[in-house]
Amino acid sequence: MFDTLTGRLDDIFTRLRGRGRLSEKQVDEVLREIRLALLEADVSLKVVKAFVKDVKERAEGAEIHKSLTPAQQVIKLVSAALIDVLGHEAVGLEHSSRLPRVLLIAGLQGSGKTTAAAKLARLIKSDGRRPLLAACDLRRPAAVRQLQLLGEQVEVPVYAEEGAPDPVAVAGNALAHSREEGFSDLIVDTAGRMHVDKELMAELGSVAQRVDPTEILLVCDAMTGQDAVNVAESFVAEVDVTGVILTKLDGDARGGAALSMAYVTGRPIKFAGVGEKLADLEPFHPDRMVSRILGMGDVLTLIEKAESVFDESEAMAMEEKLRKAEFTFDDFLSQLKALRKMGPMSQVLGMMPGMGKLSIGGDEVEAQLPRVEAIIHSMTSQERNDPAIIKGSRRSRIARGSGTSVQEVNKLVKQFDEVKKLMKMMSGGKGGPRLPKGFKLPPGVGI
Amino acid sequence: MPEGIIPELLIVLALVLLIAGVVVATRRRPKREGVATKEDIEAVEPAVETKAEPERPTQEVIETPSLVTAEPVARPTLRERLGKSRKFLGDRLADAFRGAPDDATWDDVEAALIQADIGIGAATKIVEDLRSKARERKVTEAGEVRSLLGEQLVELFDTDRDRALGFASDGPPVWLVVGVNGTGKTTTIGKLARDLSERGRSVALAAADTFRAAADEQLGIWAERTGSVLIKHQPGADPGAVAYDALQHVRAKGVDVLIVDTAGRLHTKTPLMDELGKVRRVIEKESPVQESLLVIDATAGQNGLVQAREFAEATGVTGIVLTKLDGTAKGGIALAIENELGIPIKLIGVGEGLEDLEPFDPKTYVDALLT
Ligand SMILES: Nc1nc2c(ncn2[C@@H]2O[C@H](COP(=O)(O)OP(=O)(O)OP(=O)(O)O)[C@@H](O)[C@H]2O)c(=O)[nH]1
Ligand SMILES: Nc1nc2c(ncn2[C@@H]2O[C@H](COP(=O)(O)OP(=O)(O)OP(=O)(O)O)[C@@H](O)[C@H]2O)c(=O)[nH]1
Ligand SMILES: [Mg+2]
Ligand SMILES: [Mg+2]
Repeated sequence: MFDTLTGRLDDIFTRLRGRGRLSEKQVDEVLREIRLALLEADVSLKVVKAFVKDVKERAEGAEIHKSLTPAQQVIKLVSAALIDVLGHEAVGLEHSSRLPRVLLIAGLQGSGKTTAAAKLARLIKSDGRRPLLAACDLRRPAAVRQLQLLGEQVEVPVYAEEGAPDPVAVAGNALAHSREEGFSDLIVDTAGRMHVDKELMAELGSVAQRVDPTEILLVCDAMTGQDAVNVAESFVAEVDVTGVILTKLDGDARGGAALSMAYVTGRPIKFAGVGEKLADLEPFHPDRMVSRILGMGDVLTLIEKAESVFDESEAMAMEEKLRKAEFTFDDFLSQLKALRKMGPMSQVLGMMPGMGKLSIGGDEVEAQLPRVEAIIHSMTSQERNDPAIIKGSRRSRIARGSGTSVQEVNKLVKQFDEVKKLMKMMSGGKGGPRLPKGFKLPPGVGI
Repeated sequence: MPEGIIPELLIVLALVLLIAGVVVATRRRPKREGVATKEDIEAVEPAVETKAEPERPTQEVIETPSLVTAEPVARPTLRERLGKSRKFLGDRLADAFRGAPDDATWDDVEAALIQADIGIGAATKIVEDLRSKARERKVTEAGEVRSLLGEQLVELFDTDRDRALGFASDGPPVWLVVGVNGTGKTTTIGKLARDLSERGRSVALAAADTFRAAADEQLGIWAERTGSVLIKHQPGADPGAVAYDALQHVRAKGVDVLIVDTAGRLHTKTPLMDELGKVRRVIEKESPVQESLLVIDATAGQNGLVQAREFAEATGVTGIVLTKLDGTAKGGIALAIENELGIPIKLIGVGEGLEDLEPFDPKTYVDALLT
């Protein structure tokens, strides 16, 4: 799943190894693969066409970096073009001189609007502001109840009218109420609507007109396919969309809809929903999305970070050890120190392609680390250097010394052994070192 | 340096794998407190019933649901319903199907298929096959390509396949409804309940989504609207326990059909998928699950196929419900699911209302796709 584009480009680039300018034929060949990769990532065809054309133009006018391989050049070009569409940095919410600042949440059914509204309320509240949520989805069964419960969870009040029929009126009343009560922000949750439903789209227009929002945020499911472009076009035609919230990014969808949305709306993707819990909202990072759409995990960033914390010659020596399965617990401890400089484990894990499958939160890893370290610290230096001798009584001694259980010690030793084997397997074998499936490195990196 | 690998990265990988492995290993140990587990449920199970390997009741298909057979009632046809808001591939292809087929024709057909979310691989293959068929049959008019394409697409489905929902010959059938977040599971259950109760069957709905805020109340409203019984626990309760209780209720009260709503979950979240497997096993200790319906949003792109694969592994999916076909999305990924995984599409959702559920018919679908 993560190795489609990189795998294909690899094939092309093994044929064009060497340095220098890309010929037009090579560019075309590469662009065909880029097109495929984007389509596989669910970028809408229309957007793919426009995008590929743009990259081609850039490639023709591109300066040649002597130091770069063709692979690196193309990846750079494509990444730059993608970043230009997705934005260069995370963009936050607009400020408003008027109070309250009104945020209108809109989108298709089930995209994650109500959840996003509550997540935003939580975020705004944590800034020391006083948000109010307005329940203007009067169609879906128990939608108001859902928002009320979520409001309770984030301790933000919810404006709702029992049994009211007209969302436009409720939105207007919510605005009046928030002014009277001096709320800083009004977050309006609306019913899901199909972009082709004329009546409901007009209703959304009326709600917007009534509350005159600072932000109209279009909520889009990261799993959306080709239809993203139609959805974006219709919503933009009806209301003045100011930004996009991309939800359910915690899954393994490649998320090409992000590109379609950004391209069609010309508006930034402001937030990413990364889970069902109300804290699971992040600023949107265009650079991470680029890697994701291209199917590279975030290996590029990971490599940069790794290179900045690991000493090169030491790293080479360590690789040698891993390759020969001579890696010891002492090595583990010293490398762990460097690893921690790369940032919180959740971030490091997030950048690893394929790690999503493991479904372990980085926080969990982080929490587990002290125990792992304690166990290793309770080993004698002989044991650390030769884990094979850690048997029966040694294990119980280590467990006692570290305040853990024998099972935990067993697990660590066993896991250590397995990882050693895996590393040996990965880095050995014919045809040079190979990463396991899902861990394929992007071309142009390390070539 | 050896090609393709970076020492730093290898080290990071080793460390992460190691720690991750330990975390996963330790995490599996502790049981959540205050939540009924499968073991607890086994404990309350009457010992007599567990001894013999229960004979698997043969699945009997009852021909009554309007979802299965065409209803004489004047309901708008699928094409009419869909036509009100959407044009399938039709208008995209109108130009393509004029004059003699040339490269542009094939490109347009491929583009239309891609835009239907059929997937680039499948689209390319369909067009290739179509081209050679057109050559074989010496097709000179692009208009004929349309009917060839129709044939080709219908062939991707098993048209003889029985797409009816399964009933049990003894005891109430249990239908489990699963899928990723927000696809339309709960709404589909409401629609199914209405269909059943309209034909005089009593229905019980189990609110085994104990996670989503107000999920039980949402299902409760559908239960009320369709005159079904709702079985629910406290928010946060064990979904398996809800399903178990519902099953007991249904047996004691002689309810005809039990439909179990489950929380939306991403297929990448192992613990949640395990939980789903558990719900199924809890039910199966007592009674077979006739249907495990995977709800797929027609708006979904290529990830839909991954979803289907993972859910099939976790709960043995028996059919697909393709929802939200009332928009402009074509739901082409469902075609890939049926074709590649052999899981039949059984129902389609075409709106938010109680009556917006239809049986899936390949020919009608493809017709609508091309008209
Ligand atoms: N995994 C994951 N689930 C999410 C995320 N955001 C929302 N959800 C889930 O998606 C489902 C739908 O979310 P809602 O907030 O109810 O969606 P909505 O757009 O308000 O739905 P309607 O009001 O019915 O149109 C729920 O199960 C949410 O828990 C996310 O970022 N990640
Ligand atoms: N237009 C349209 N909307 C639908 C259809 N089916 C469901 N919906 C809407 O999609 C939204 C989500 O539906 P739910 O039934 O709550 O989805 P769910 O899968 O139970 O969601 P979670 O339990 O949160 O995972 C609601 O607003 C439904 O009204 C359909 O066929 N067409
Ligand atoms: Mg909602
Ligand atoms: Mg639900």
